Amino acid sequence: MAHAHSVKHHKGLMDWLTTVDHKKIAILYLVAGGLFFGIGGIEAMLIRIQLWKPLNNFVSAQTFNELITMHGTTMIFLGVMPIIFALMNAVLPLQLGARDVAFPFLNALGFWTFFFGGLLLNLSWIMGGAPDAGWTAYTPLASKAFSPTHGVDFYTIGIQIAGLGTLIGGINFLATVITMRAPGMSFMRMPMFTWASFITSAIILFAFPAITVGLVLLSFDRLLGANFFEVAAGGNPILWQHIFWIFGHPEVYILILPAFGIISDVIPTFARKRLFGYSSMVFATILIAFLGFMVWAHHMFTIGMGPVANALFSISTMLIAVPTGIKIFNWLFTMWGGQIRFTTANLFASAFVPTFVMGGVTGVMLASAPADYQFHDTYFVVAHFHYVIVGGLVLGLFSGLFYWWPKMFGRLLNETLGKWTFWTFVIGFQLTFFIQHFLGLMGMQRRIFTYLPNQDFDTMNLVSTIGALLMAVGVIIFFVNIVITMSKPKGVANDPWEDGRTLEWTIPSPPPEYNFKQIPLVRGLDAYWKEKQAGNTEMTPSEPVGSIHMPSASILPFVMSVGLFIAGLGFMFSRDEFSNSFLAGIFNNYVVVIIGLLITFICMLLRSVFDDHGWHIEPEELEEEGVKA
Amino acid sequence: MSSAHVDHTHGTLPHEPEKATHEGRNKILGFWLFLGGESVLFGTLFATFLALRNQTNEGPTAHELFNMGMTAAATFILLTSSLTSVFAIQAMHRHKLKQLVAWLGITVVLGLGFLGLEIYEFAEYVHKEHFGMTTSAFSSSFYTLVGFHGAHVLFGILWISLLIAQLFKKGLTVVTAPKIYVSAIYWHFIDVVWVFIFTVVYLLGKVG
Repeated sequence: MAHAHSVKHHKGLMDWLTTVDHKKIAILYLVAGGLFFGIGGIEAMLIRIQLWKPLNNFVSAQTFNELITMHGTTMIFLGVMPIIFALMNAVLPLQLGARDVAFPFLNALGFWTFFFGGLLLNLSWIMGGAPDAGWTAYTPLASKAFSPTHGVDFYTIGIQIAGLGTLIGGINFLATVITMRAPGMSFMRMPMFTWASFITSAIILFAFPAITVGLVLLSFDRLLGANFFEVAAGGNPILWQHIFWIFGHPEVYILILPAFGIISDVIPTFARKRLFGYSSMVFATILIAFLGFMVWAHHMFTIGMGPVANALFSISTMLIAVPTGIKIFNWLFTMWGGQIRFTTANLFASAFVPTFVMGGVTGVMLASAPADYQFHDTYFVVAHFHYVIVGGLVLGLFSGLFYWWPKMFGRLLNETLGKWTFWTFVIGFQLTFFIQHFLGLMGMQRRIFTYLPNQDFDTMNLVSTIGALLMAVGVIIFFVNIVITMSKPKGVANDPWEDGRTLEWTIPSPPPEYNFKQIPLVRGLDAYWKEKQAGNTEMTPSEPVGSIHMPSASILPFVMSVGLFIAGLGFMFSRDEFSNSFLAGIFNNYVVVIIGLLITFICMLLRSVFDDHGWHIEPEELEEEGVKA
Repeated sequence: MSSAHVDHTHGTLPHEPEKATHEGRNKILGFWLFLGGESVLFGTLFATFLALRNQTNEGPTAHELFNMGMTAAATFILLTSSLTSVFAIQAMHRHKLKQLVAWLGITVVLGLGFLGLEIYEFAEYVHKEHFGMTTSAFSSSFYTLVGFHGAHVLFGILWISLLIAQLFKKGLTVVTAPKIYVSAIYWHFIDVVWVFIFTVVYLLGKVG
């Protein structure tokens, strides 16, 4: 076993570009996701500044369209999803008692394709205009005729490349959960966050290929002159809506299920109680994922599908309230009678529950097809989905970040600043979006860049903008908190919250490269809590101390993604007219596309031809690092 | 962790070398999951085709266009290649390297034959029938669905050829065996997709 393979250990930037360690990839996801979240947040602020008074001319109508499109697209695909992936990468293998994910190389590839896809999309701001057809890119608005700039091409190609990364990540986590669980870690002993991530990955696997096809069709329409959505040539724009929402509705469960998982771990920890109704929680998660694929057409009630289709999708949508309700009551019953500590993490988790219920209630209102004719495309819808995505997911992510920050970085975030973040963000959030329900009911349409005075919209929009600024203050305080925390030395205990229940709290913070010196033996749900109750201070190991096999770092994922990025740019500009004959030559003849794809395929070839033997950490090295024997 | 890279010489190689290591089993599982995603991909392409197959925009219709003789020949060739890839896996389980390489080689040749027929078919449509990507919604969905499948066949041919080269260099080991095995699963998958294309696109186009 112990072949002496020479291993290159990279330092500095090269270490980050070549890492296949899930803990470092988590930090990469967090930094990149945080960056895009910031960009999306600035776009949100510009939208709210434009709308703070009637007939404002802070930005032009065209810029406003670009802002709303990029705000939605950036936040969903490049902001919150990578932060979800950051937490999954940081925590999921630890909760399983695994030394790594099933496919460390693919894990890195997933990150880099996401990153270069996001970069491509955001380059649109400086390369001739951002996408302007809304994050849903409905045709014919997104067709060449009505969106003649390259904006929508940046959308289709950028999301395509980023989506590839998400799909790779989903497959990786599915395989990790199926094959990498520690001895004794049966499925029904997995922590809820791991369960939620597992189910989320399954949704990703079956939802993302649909948008892959949708984006291919739209880019073929725009770049190759195909007729999928061109009515004049027999195409059908409704087809786009179906394909988009067959992906798009499962996508909202991809977003919210991890948040459910996070708070299902946070609430029991700080209530010092076992999660109420664990098995019903698992069942509800699976049921939500299943039903999530049956409801897509509730986004299309007003296009004339007819009463039968509307009624069916109405009922299937309302059904989702049942498993979701089960979850809500389980959280409440977990808190009931617990010794609750309101740390920042728990404050966010507790605020999640009522806020998400409000989003759920408006969801059931929207599910009623006749009423939807009134709500459709108004600010009521905007309020609804911000309640579930910000009030649900983002509060969940804040909770998870405060909770697992010490595990990821070895330092506790400052609790005082954390509570400032909590109160400013949550009050700002309610101020921004609660009032938008009423704006919508009074008839303010979404996606309008300005409105006339004296329709009773003025004060409400002003209040909404003030709330948005308060949310921005909360996020800035969070950023300050990170900077202050990271300037302090590491040194928190394995279990800094002292009431940790799951395996990640049994190992140092941050964990060593190999996570577990000895893979633990799991003897029940909440494995660590169970040992604590039996009077043990650490887990029983399931193996003797031995040589640990590690995968080698590789630059190939990075280069492969660069190849896709180049090919995407080349494809986008392949039909343009260039004054420079060299540029015309390489773009119009697909030379750039071919070069980009060659880079990617040659990397795949190299990966296949040269076996990765990995390297070993020997028991003596483990001793030297001062780990307990 | 398991000893993934121990060089098994002939005789010590287990009956199913593709499942001998944890990495090998992970690879096979991950590949099945990937094929789940691929099924949705082709499912969406089929749905698109079914929605648009009668939207011919005064261009050629499926009935006028398709030459069943050639398509049947292509189908026969591809189905046979699936059989030869089964023989390749059986040879692998018997640890017969030469037979394995030979059957993989035949699979590649049959794949090339299929691809050649498809390229000939597309070229004929474009040049003789004036049926291109931009002709109609039917043409766009036809070329995208069948073209996606063709691109998968092309990828499979290149992939299996690369694996044949690796077999010559590295021999049959617990590292190369899982690669051969997943490439065979992949090949069966694109074969199954073709069966659906033959039915939904060609047969339905002729009669419906």
